[in-house]
Amino acid sequence: MSEYEFLRLLWWAVLGVLLIGFAVTDGFDLGSAILLPFVGRTDMERRVVINTIGPFWEGNQVWFILGGGAIFAAWPPLYAVAFSGFYLAMLLLLCALILRPVGFKYRSKLDSPRWRTTWDTALFLGGLVPALVFGVAFGNVLRGVPFRFDDTLRMTYTGTLFGLFNPFALLCGLVSVAMLTMHGAAWLVCKTEGAIRRRSRRAGVFAALALVALFLAGGIWAATLDGYTLKSFAGMDAPSNPLTKQVIRQPGALLANYSAMRWTMLAPAVGVFGAVLAALLSIAGRFRVLAFVTSGLSITGVIATAGLSLFPFLLPSSLDPNSSLTVWDASSSATTLLVMSVVTAILLPIVLVYTAWVYRVLRGPVTEADIEDDPHTTY
Amino acid sequence: MDVVQLSRLQFGLTAMYHFLFVPLTLGLSVLLAIMESIYVTTGRTVWRDMVRFWGTLFGINFALGVATGLTMEFEFGTNWAYYAQYVGDIFGAPLAIEGLMAFFLEATFIGLFFFGWKRLTQVQHLFATVMVALGTNLSALWILIANGWMQNPVGARFNIATMRMEVTDFYAVLFNPVAQQKFVHTVSAGYVTGSMFVLSVGAFYLLRGRHRGLAIRSMTVAASFGLASALSVVVLGDESGYTIGLNQKMKIAAIEAMWRTEPAPASFTVIGIPDIGTHTTIGAIRVPWVLGLIATRSLNTEVAGIDNLVSDAKQRIKGGMIAYGAMQTLRGHPDDAVARAAFDAHANDLGYALLLKRYTPNVTDASEDQILAAAEDTIPPVLPLFVTFRVMVVLGLYFIALFAAMFVLASRRQLERHRWLLRVCLWSLPLPWVAAELGWVVAEVGRQPWTIDGVLPTFLSVSSVPVSNVWISLAAFVLLYSVLAVVEVYLMVRTIRHGPHAPAQRAA
Repeated sequence: MSEYEFLRLLWWAVLGVLLIGFAVTDGFDLGSAILLPFVGRTDMERRVVINTIGPFWEGNQVWFILGGGAIFAAWPPLYAVAFSGFYLAMLLLLCALILRPVGFKYRSKLDSPRWRTTWDTALFLGGLVPALVFGVAFGNVLRGVPFRFDDTLRMTYTGTLFGLFNPFALLCGLVSVAMLTMHGAAWLVCKTEGAIRRRSRRAGVFAALALVALFLAGGIWAATLDGYTLKSFAGMDAPSNPLTKQVIRQPGALLANYSAMRWTMLAPAVGVFGAVLAALLSIAGRFRVLAFVTSGLSITGVIATAGLSLFPFLLPSSLDPNSSLTVWDASSSATTLLVMSVVTAILLPIVLVYTAWVYRVLRGPVTEADIEDDPHTTY
Repeated sequence: MDVVQLSRLQFGLTAMYHFLFVPLTLGLSVLLAIMESIYVTTGRTVWRDMVRFWGTLFGINFALGVATGLTMEFEFGTNWAYYAQYVGDIFGAPLAIEGLMAFFLEATFIGLFFFGWKRLTQVQHLFATVMVALGTNLSALWILIANGWMQNPVGARFNIATMRMEVTDFYAVLFNPVAQQKFVHTVSAGYVTGSMFVLSVGAFYLLRGRHRGLAIRSMTVAASFGLASALSVVVLGDESGYTIGLNQKMKIAAIEAMWRTEPAPASFTVIGIPDIGTHTTIGAIRVPWVLGLIATRSLNTEVAGIDNLVSDAKQRIKGGMIAYGAMQTLRGHPDDAVARAAFDAHANDLGYALLLKRYTPNVTDASEDQILAAAEDTIPPVLPLFVTFRVMVVLGLYFIALFAAMFVLASRRQLERHRWLLRVCLWSLPLPWVAAELGWVVAEVGRQPWTIDGVLPTFLSVSSVPVSNVWISLAAFVLLYSVLAVVEVYLMVRTIRHGPHAPAQRAA
């Protein structure tokens, strides 16, 4: 394996790690926001829910920002095509995400019930819309999106916003919503007590079972869909130019990797059994932290499933399959990948250490007494 | 309006809006770290009350800084897709490192800053505050390394196989002199903003006779820190004048409305009205030697004038056309030695040939008139640069004077002596923002017609998206941002009017 080929595979894996890091960390605060109107009936209960994620969501969201930055740095054509192609969907996502920082910060600053319920709605949407859009985006990536490059590598995209919300993509959107809701519920079971915990536990079981059903349905549907197969390409260490290969559309190609490499079946298996375990542990009402961990594992499995189904594709083109972006032709130069690898190897462990420290300092459930003690600092 | 104009408008608006929150975050985070250090060393609780009060305002501001910063990261991809594809190999890395090194730090520790008071020792909490300040400042470093590269694209070359710019020397990108100076100039401007904010709000309390102890202590810190920062902004602003003089000759010529090269040392035009039509400056008052000294640090080096730079651009366009033609040949026949030699000789001018794409898509068939038109396109808008630059400089000098006066009063414990001066402090509140925004106008309008100076023209950098999409996003941003601005200002004013909470309300 050449150095460039290794770096590309490494950055494909890093991209996966960042997406999983995002879904596992920011996922629980997005999920908690989705559950906010349902598990928090009174203003005080809602404040408890918000304050369980209050100190953490900002750091969690950096996983998303970093994911975007890493795509820009390591896979520039993917960044260019995905962000400009999904223009209006990105706008929708952005508007929803912008509501979050201000929602958390501003909601409890005034006593007016109208002010607070307005921000509660904003926070709910700020959780639901990103969860849905991420899933829908993944669904479209799996099916391929309509774009092509000209010979200066300028990209044209011919799809529309409504085209993105096709049935298969919507199913993927629901998978994503169920997954993050399950994870948010597992978080709230750990971080709250009493009525909120009870409601969260019930919601968590429901979401986990919904995730299993929707995920399996998606897998069966995917088997009937057209996928993409690389017919010929310039090489695994060739310069990054997406116009140097031939790609064909084939039914069933989305599942081809699983029959070619049996070990990859582990990913969907973890996705399903993680969720089943999370549901069982919730029903048992014990091992709350373990339930949160299995829910995180399930997320890891689901996202890895999507990545492995596509490999080596990053973003197939349905309009001009030869323009598709793959691991072998859409990366940065070897120099940039190497520099980024060194930087990540040094910084990411440091990030993990201090993040773990902060979670440790702020461990334990949030109670109504905590908020009554300190009404001005808490959210 | 077309996609290019709309995308520029949207990026300009969202960036300037984002930069309403950034300088205050930069300045206040450091001021909080200073105040909390004093609290930890002296153990006097008034300093902790100060940290908590200014921290509340910091939090309200920080929330919108984060929210609007997300937009910026999205827009490089949504609106500037060709730019992202063309220079992502270089430009993406500092953005990713910014996330890894800076965003994680500030975003993780800001949770502890607000929620950790009861769970941390004094020293641990101070550590969290310092990490937030460090994170915000590191974030400025990396984004300015990225921006510095747009102004002075070092350490990269065009690769025909991938049709984009690629890194050749990462150290050159990292230690780009333009980036280093921009960083210090920008964070200093942030410190001035934070100091002015504290000074103004403190003056407001003193004028009302409220919270005297907190106000006087805060203003003393702000006056000293503000004075040092204001001096640093101006001195390093001058330093960046020198750096611009080295690599963005057209920008400095436009800022100075210097139409023709003068014999060295060049004079500095204090005021006048630049006339684009005749390439003269009407009613100009000039001070001999000054520009030559600022821009070249010598008495015998010329500062190039606009007209002379346009004829240089013409030569570079012609060189770029050779490179462009050779590139076309090499894409079909990579082994053509003649074309390879021609390309290597003129590769640095390739970006200038791209200016012709506006007039002729084939580039190589451009007429003399088209070449001249493209060369004249390299002149950025002279009048706005000339004016904004001068306003910014005057404001910079004003900050030094105001902070110096307040510093003298604070050190004599006479801050309340001159009520008129307190009113001046109060009403000066918006001025650092004005100066900072104008600074960005000078830097980025002065970079036109390029997104990457000499490498990629702005009009080629945009995404191929329908114009209706950009209208929709522009409208959405204007609407959402206006609502958020109203909410933000309302909460800020309310918190300031309310003042620090009485210590009894708060369990330590």
